[in-house]
Amino acid sequence: MFSLPYIAQQLVNGLTLGSIYALVAIGLSIVYGILRLINFAHGDLLMVGAYLALALLLNTALPLGAAVLLPMIIVGGVGVLVERLAYRPLRGAPEVAMLITSLAVSSVIQNGTIMTLSAQPRAFRLPQELIAQQKLGVVSFSTLDAVSVALAVFLMVLLTLFVTRTRVGIAMRACAENLRAARLMGININQVIAYAFAIGSALAAAAGFMWAGRFGSIEPFMGFLPGLKAFVAAVIGGIGSIPGAMLGGYLLGFAEIFFVGFLPPELSGYRDAFVFTLLLLVLLIRPRGLLATGAEREG
Amino acid sequence: MSKNALFYLALLTGLVFLAQSMLNDYYQRILSVVFINIILTVSLNLTNGFVGDFSLGHAAFMSIGAYLSAVLTLPPASKASMMPQLPMWLSQLEVPFVLATILGGLLAALVAAVVGIPVLRLRGHYLAVATLGLMVIVRVVAINWTAVTRGAKGINGLPAFTNLWWVFGWALVTVYVIWRLVNSSYGRAMIAIREDATAAAARGVNVTAHRMLAFCVGAFFAGIAGALWGHLITAITPHSFSFLITFNVVVMLVVGGMGSISGSILGATVMTLVPEFLRHVETNLSLGGHPLYGLSQIIIAVTITLVMIFRRQGLLGGREVQLPRLFDRQRALPRARVDTAG
Repeated sequence: MFSLPYIAQQLVNGLTLGSIYALVAIGLSIVYGILRLINFAHGDLLMVGAYLALALLLNTALPLGAAVLLPMIIVGGVGVLVERLAYRPLRGAPEVAMLITSLAVSSVIQNGTIMTLSAQPRAFRLPQELIAQQKLGVVSFSTLDAVSVALAVFLMVLLTLFVTRTRVGIAMRACAENLRAARLMGININQVIAYAFAIGSALAAAAGFMWAGRFGSIEPFMGFLPGLKAFVAAVIGGIGSIPGAMLGGYLLGFAEIFFVGFLPPELSGYRDAFVFTLLLLVLLIRPRGLLATGAEREG
Repeated sequence: MSKNALFYLALLTGLVFLAQSMLNDYYQRILSVVFINIILTVSLNLTNGFVGDFSLGHAAFMSIGAYLSAVLTLPPASKASMMPQLPMWLSQLEVPFVLATILGGLLAALVAAVVGIPVLRLRGHYLAVATLGLMVIVRVVAINWTAVTRGAKGINGLPAFTNLWWVFGWALVTVYVIWRLVNSSYGRAMIAIREDATAAAARGVNVTAHRMLAFCVGAFFAGIAGALWGHLITAITPHSFSFLITFNVVVMLVVGGMGSISGSILGATVMTLVPEFLRHVETNLSLGGHPLYGLSQIIIAVTITLVMIFRRQGLLGGREVQLPRLFDRQRALPRARVDTAG
C-alpha cells in the first residue's frame, strides 16, 4: 500500500520536525530538571528568535549564518534576563508560584510583541538557496531541512560535550540530580541556572528559525504550540534528562508525521489532538518517560 | 438556613433586582461576566487552591459545556439549516436551557475524569500541561467535527437565554456547593493533600480519589460557565475559549488568594472590572501615533508577577471574609481555622 520511497520520504520529514522538537525540548527539560519549573515562556522565546531572524534577514546584508547565530545569542541573553527578573526572586517559593509567573512572562512577551509589532502574521521569506529542493535517491527535501537537521545535530553534540566535559556542565547535571546537595557541595547554583536558561533559550531561538522557515509565516502566538508539544516530547523522553529530550523530540516528530502520512487523510486535521492524546497515553503507561532519570521526585 | 444567611441572600437578590431594572445593557453584560467569572474562579480554586494541583483546563471545559448546550438549545428549525448532517434524534431535540446547561457541565466533568485518570496519579505539574493539551484537543475536535460544531465557522444565533438571574443563580449554586464541599471531610482531606500528599496518604486519605473529585467538580462548573457564556454572547467558535481565558481565571484566583472562596469572589470581581476599565484606556492611548494594543494584558501579567514575588498569598491570603453577623446576639465560639496560607 505504501511504497518504500513514500516511507523514506516520511522518515525524512519526521527527522526534520523531530529536530525542531528536540531543540525546544532540551531547554524545557534542563530547566525542569533543575528548578521543577514548567517554563511556559519557553515557546515564546522561540517566537522572539524567529522575529529577530526575520529582522536580520530583511534589514541587513549579514550572511545567513549570522541570522541564525545572532538571534541565538540575543535570545539566550533574554532567557537569562527573564530568569533574573522573574524566576530568581521566587527561589525557594512553592513550585506553583514559578509556574504562574512563567504564564505571566509568556503573556508579557506575547503582548509586548503585539504592542510593538502588531498581531498581524508576517511572511518569513528565506533566501532562494535555502528553499531549493534537493534530491537524494528517492527522497526530496529543501536545503533548509538539511541545514536544520545538521545544525540541530551539531548543537546537540556540542551540548553533550558541554555537559560531560566542562565544569559548569557537570555542575548542571549535579543540580538536576539534587539542587540542595549541589549547593552544599559549593556549586554556585545561580550561575548554573543562568547557564541553563541561556543554553535552553539559545536552542529555542535556533528552533524558531527552523520552525518559521518551515511554515513560512510568523506571528506573536506562534510559540505556544511548539512549546507545548516540546514539553510532550520531554515527558516522552523522561523529563530532566537531556538525551531523553532529544530522543523524545525525534520520536514525537516521527509519530506526528506518521500519523498524518499513514492514516486516512480525514484524520490529518486531528494531528495536534493526536500529540496530546499521546501525552496522556505516555503518562498512563510510563509516566517517567523512556530515559527516566532519578530526578523526578515524588510528592 | 440561618437568619443571617437568609438576610444576605435577600440583600443580594434585591441588589440583582435593582441592577436588572436600573442598569443599561452594557453594565448588565459586564455584571453577568463578573458572575460567570466568579463561577470559573471559585471552581478553579477547588483544584488549584484547595488540592494544590494546577489545572489550566477551564477554557477546554467551558468550550465543551458551551458546544453541548448550544447543540441542545438551538431550535430544530435553525439546526436543520445550520447542521444538516446532525443525526435525526439530535436535530429534533430541543432541551430547556437549565437542563442543557447541566448536561454541558456533566460532559465537561466526564472529560475531566478521562483526562484525570492518567494524570492525577502523578504529582500536580503534569496536570498543567495535560490540561493545556486538552484545550488543544477540544479546539481541534471543534474545528474538524463539522457535522456537529460547524467547524471554524462556529455556531451562531444561540438563543440569548443567559440573563442576570441565571448567572446569579448559578454563581450562588457554585459558591454554596464548593463551600459545603470544602468544609466537609472531603475538603479537609483535600487541604491535607495540598499540605503534604504523602502524610495524607499515610493517614488513610485516598489521594487520587480526592484529586479526581476536585478536578471533576471544578470541570462541571466550568462547563456550566461555558454554557452560560455561550448563551450570553450567542455565538461560539473553536477559538472562543482560548488560553487567554484560562490565564485570566488563574489571575483572578491568584489575586484573590488561592484557597479562599471569598478571595476568589473578590479576585474575579476586581480582575473583571479593572481590565474592562484598562481596555477603554488602551483603545484611546497611543505613543506617537502608535497604538498600544496589548498594554492592558501586559499590566495584568506584570501585576501577577509582582503579586507572586511580594504577596504570594493574594489579597485575602487564603483566609475567608466573614460577613458580620447581624441577628444572633450570642457570639459564636471562635471556630478552629485550618490555616490555608500555605
